Amino acid sequence: MSAAGVRPAWMEKPRPLTQAAKGVALAVVVLLVLVPFLIIVSTSFASDREVIDGGGWVLWPQHPTLRAYREIFDGGIVGHALWVSAGVTLVGTAASLACTIGLAYALSRRDLFGGKPVLLLVLFTFLFPPGMIPSFLLVKSMHLLNSYASLIAPFLLNVFNLVVLRGFFQSVPEELHEAARLDGAGEWLILRRIVLPLSKAALAVVGLFYSVSYWNAWFYASIYLDSDHWPLQQVLRTYVIGGAQLADTGAGDASAVAAPQTIQMAVLVVATVPILLVYPFLQKYFTKGVLTGAVKS
Amino acid sequence: MAIAERDATGRTGAAGASADPRSAGRAARGSRRKRLRRDAVLLLLAAPGVAYFVVFHYGAMAGNVIAFKDYVPFDGLWASQWVGLSNFQAVLADDAFWHAVVNTLWIALLQLVFFFPVPIALAMLLHSLTRDSVRRFVQSVAYLPHFLSWVIVVAVFQQVLGEAGLLNNVLGDAHLHTVDVIGNPAAFKPLVVAQVIWKDCGWGTIIFLAALAQVDEQQYEAAAIDGAGPWRRFWHVTLPSLRPIIVLLLIMRLGDILSVGFEQMLLQRASVGPDAAEIIDTLVWQRGLVQGDYGYAAAAGLFKGVVGAVLVFAANKVAHRLGEQGVYA
Repeated sequence: MSAAGVRPAWMEKPRPLTQAAKGVALAVVVLLVLVPFLIIVSTSFASDREVIDGGGWVLWPQHPTLRAYREIFDGGIVGHALWVSAGVTLVGTAASLACTIGLAYALSRRDLFGGKPVLLLVLFTFLFPPGMIPSFLLVKSMHLLNSYASLIAPFLLNVFNLVVLRGFFQSVPEELHEAARLDGAGEWLILRRIVLPLSKAALAVVGLFYSVSYWNAWFYASIYLDSDHWPLQQVLRTYVIGGAQLADTGAGDASAVAAPQTIQMAVLVVATVPILLVYPFLQKYFTKGVLTGAVKS
Repeated sequence: MAIAERDATGRTGAAGASADPRSAGRAARGSRRKRLRRDAVLLLLAAPGVAYFVVFHYGAMAGNVIAFKDYVPFDGLWASQWVGLSNFQAVLADDAFWHAVVNTLWIALLQLVFFFPVPIALAMLLHSLTRDSVRRFVQSVAYLPHFLSWVIVVAVFQQVLGEAGLLNNVLGDAHLHTVDVIGNPAAFKPLVVAQVIWKDCGWGTIIFLAALAQVDEQQYEAAAIDGAGPWRRFWHVTLPSLRPIIVLLLIMRLGDILSVGFEQMLLQRASVGPDAAEIIDTLVWQRGLVQGDYGYAAAAGLFKGVVGAVLVFAANKVAHRLGEQGVYA
């Protein structure tokens, strides 16, 4: 990036027109992302009357109410789905990180016994993924259908994340390993006391990637699980995109109407908020995480 | 995302003798038992990960035999009748399959033309900002949609562009013609590209921003002193420095051309119909998991997998020949 915040001496003063065009372009980018969010959040807090008067959406609620949120958290399908998503995300991310760290560390060591064939074995899966039907049949034959394990076990490791971590582990200076070994430390202790503390940035990014993918997953939930087991994204899909009725929130009465707009928007907000919460903390690591193990130019 | 290996094996470079059993390992390479014992802890650490790949990738891959069988769920995978290539013949003789192939390629092409350049342009715009705080703010906002699920992205687009959405409300209030975007097969392909741009154009800038940051500032300075204006500096310094990464990403995208946003298509398939939205992956889903024709679906999926692997492999070879770093070792 250009030197911190000052224009170098050789660069012309920008013309006002260029500056204005740039400003407009940036504003458009920012607004295109933020305005939809603002409307969704506003509508979720608005009263039904305001939403109807506004024709389906509200830019800023005049009489903010938590009614929609109270309804979806009052037991019912959304509340349950939220627990499922949270559980799968936490357990899945922990399991994925543990397995990825183990394999990445082993593969980062020089001259590992069997290291090269294992690396090829792993990288080949990147070239040739197993496919939807064989994966489904495997999960079925392992009796994992309708079990939450079916949302975790088949997605435990991701080759990209593995390569990112391995790259970080390899960048830990060999001298540190040697010094620790002279002090009598084994690989396990070296990993825990030296390598992991030095790789916090990578662990944060890889942890974020895993948790986002668990949190956002819906397709395999739709084929592996019945509706009693659905995570939040699959519920969102059915009730917001599919326009089905949120029966047991008590929101819709018996007549077959789609869930009121405010409730749909509240579900959307609930599905998005966890990502918005972790995002600012991890953002500074993105570039480093994405570029390690990714293309080096 | 392309993945590059570090050095070939990571084995070179152990400088000098030391207490490191790893450098001693080279001399003792003949003794496998010694190496096995030395690496016992590491192999134990690696075991769960390796087991995962063996079971859930190679184990699942073995299930592709179903593509050569007439699968009857009651008989199970192994007892079902072998039928040779007849599933593949059925796939290749099926108009629906070729329609899905055409849709897939068509959407991939549209994305290549209309999505691919956007992150490059945005990265240049961001790079040209002299004020760091503005740049960081825009980056934070622009990266965000990448982390949202396709369910949320599609729902957001419905809210904004749908029949009763934001845009049509504004147009209606202004007594203008409303637009029919969501659920309209004719508008589907542009819509799909717009969604991809919204979700990933910010995230896509990361790699180009990194490349731009590596350009030697002195090159710009020298060009400026030689009288090159902003446009010529862009043409003669900026673009050449981005060329390798652009070529590499383009080749990798071509290698991956048979995969275009399965989740994105599946979510909208019901509202626009298979004519507009059927791609190879959704066809596999429809025939196999919805209709239960596992043999056909597995054959179509395997066909796509093999062609896809060949394309990725070829793309990687081309990238190597052009002197860029490839996706795998």
